[in-house]
Amino acid sequence: MLQVSVYRYNPSKDDEPYMQDYQFDTEGKDLMVLDVLEQLKARDTSLAFRRSCREGVCGSDGLNINGKNGLACITPLSTTVKNNKLVVRPLPGLPVVRDLVVDMSLFYQQYEKVKPYLINNEPAPAIERLQSPEDRAKLDGLYECILCACCSTACPSFWWNPDRFIGPSGLLQAWRFLADSRDTAKAERLSDLDDPFSVFRCHGIQNCVNVCPKGLNPTRAIGHIRNMLLKSAT
Amino acid sequence: MVTAVTNLGRSGLSDWLVQRVTAVILLLYSVFIAWYLLANPDLDYMQWKALFAGTAMRIFSAAALLSTVAHAWIGLWSISTDYMTERMMGDKGNVIRWVVQLGGALLLFTYLVWGVQVLWS
Repeated sequence: MLQVSVYRYNPSKDDEPYMQDYQFDTEGKDLMVLDVLEQLKARDTSLAFRRSCREGVCGSDGLNINGKNGLACITPLSTTVKNNKLVVRPLPGLPVVRDLVVDMSLFYQQYEKVKPYLINNEPAPAIERLQSPEDRAKLDGLYECILCACCSTACPSFWWNPDRFIGPSGLLQAWRFLADSRDTAKAERLSDLDDPFSVFRCHGIQNCVNVCPKGLNPTRAIGHIRNMLLKSAT
Repeated sequence: MVTAVTNLGRSGLSDWLVQRVTAVILLLYSVFIAWYLLANPDLDYMQWKALFAGTAMRIFSAAALLSTVAHAWIGLWSISTDYMTERMMGDKGNVIRWVVQLGGALLLFTYLVWGVQVLWS
């Protein structure tokens, strides 16, 4: 039997959070962590967590699984369970709404700050803004982010300053638009980032790279932003 | 853009660059001092004094001293703005941070003046 320990907190009736233990029979199958949670919820309907696509695309079920952030739907038990124990907690650093559900407002506020959309003030062409295959290739490894928040909530700098440090996810998106040949707002984007918190709270510890379920590298993107700031400075 | 008024250079890029340049100066100085001590096992006070009497060594030492002050300020400022904030400590967070920053600034200023005095005495 798998020993499952789940973070529980219902602010309307619990004074403080606690860990609830369950015994779970995997029947010898290598289930995903989400499968375990779904079956626990069938047993105990008060358990709350987010999930949607259950195939690593929507980014809803980012959780802290045995101490490491990841998507429950694409994390097989075999890769995370040690000593027959599975500990599931909400993403660290964000306020808990209930059980495994966190309030993502701070995360989205930081995302909003980087203006995650193409800005181009030139007259729109008849069909579309063209881009060479080489320029398009620069966006690989950036556009794939699904905003699951696994990276930002694994980052101590984001834990301490979630209202000031944009965090790895937002900065990956900031670089996605700075690197886009069609975007004409590079100077404004850079000037918005040149303060001691937005970008420079990154100390390069690479927790974000370690946990990204899509295999992306926000630390490298942050390095590119820093270099771009350096090149544009006097 | 986050407003910051107590960091060294007002801009994040400037602080980041100063932190790296001063780290290189401190590394070079440390390596030089370590090399000098190893290369002169019978070092006596007169030789040590003569080393620091040279203009080049005084420039190098003053650069290392200024680098220490700038490097330490940026580092202490980062740590204090991580942990000593309203978010982490409630209302008293800002006051504690300002007191710690003021104490740190006075200490670093003291080191600077004292260091210059030692170098040029």
